[in-house]
Amino acid sequence: MRLLTHNMLACNVKGVVNGYPLRLEAEVVAERPADFNADFLRHIFARIDWKAFVGAARSLPEEHAVADLPEDAEPSMLASEDFLRRFHHALLELHVEKGALVCPETGRRFAIDKGIPNMLLNEDEV
Amino acid sequence: MKLKQLEGLLGELQQFSAPKVELEQYPTGPHIASRLIHTAENTFGDITGKIVADFGCGCGTLGIASALLDAEHVVGVDVDPGSLEIASENAEQLEVSIDLVWCDIRNLSWKGKCIDTVVMNPPFGTRRKGVDMEFLSMALQVASGAVYSLHKTSTREHVKKAALQSFNAATAEVLCELRFDVPQMYKFHKKKEVDVAVDLWRFLPQSVSRAC
Repeated sequence: MRLLTHNMLACNVKGVVNGYPLRLEAEVVAERPADFNADFLRHIFARIDWKAFVGAARSLPEEHAVADLPEDAEPSMLASEDFLRRFHHALLELHVEKGALVCPETGRRFAIDKGIPNMLLNEDEV
Repeated sequence: MKLKQLEGLLGELQQFSAPKVELEQYPTGPHIASRLIHTAENTFGDITGKIVADFGCGCGTLGIASALLDAEHVVGVDVDPGSLEIASENAEQLEVSIDLVWCDIRNLSWKGKCIDTVVMNPPFGTRRKGVDMEFLSMALQVASGAVYSLHKTSTREHVKKAALQSFNAATAEVLCELRFDVPQMYKFHKKKEVDVAVDLWRFLPQSVSRAC
């Protein structure tokens, strides 16, 4: 699961109001190079929840944690190749292979195994 | 990538080893899958550089086809963990990267409209009535660009009405009619192989705020 997917997921348990962003508890992270596409990054920038994205990127285990992205981002930063490279790396090249997503409201845990988050609900959660 | 080349690559993918009838698991064959994705890109530009979701991805055929045509990011969603495992192996075999989420489409909770395009071959709703429309309803909620889907030709009027009136689609258009080969997979199949006429649909959601 890449951080771009994490950025879209909210807790899906019935009745939860503030189920976003899911707290990321990554145990195993893999890095896989992806083609750099500046146009795509500019296209997606406005649709990313930046705060959730940076929060997830900084929470990764030490050797993968992304510390060099700003807390707040402005569209003007998209002119910088250096910024785009860092944005690209965190968004598309880091894959959480094992860990969990945790609902900020209820603490409900969604396990991530083999890179796949398990968002299946129990009968009483639908 | 040429259509024939795409079809050839998709022909290499593993399909369901033990298909589950209750989920109406019929593989999306390379013929249909390649035409769906190729049309979405070559006629409408809805795949390359886009964020694509494959609903009820099964073994990942449509999502992997999107990745082969350079979708920037692909997310496949399925309720069956066995299928997701095969989808993951299939992606690895063709050296593409797709994300997978284990979830029932009906319980999907995605924030905003990050997804550009949804591609899907939903269950036709012959085992559990209405499941095809649940997929379509959710697809039109998350897509900001377009939804491509396959539905039985016999349900054409129903699909059109549901999309436009119930799910608030801006447009609903049948792009072409295809033959879906249903091989003899389940015990209740009496004939060796049946051809089912299916429509390839393209739906556009109402344009809404792109904020996500």
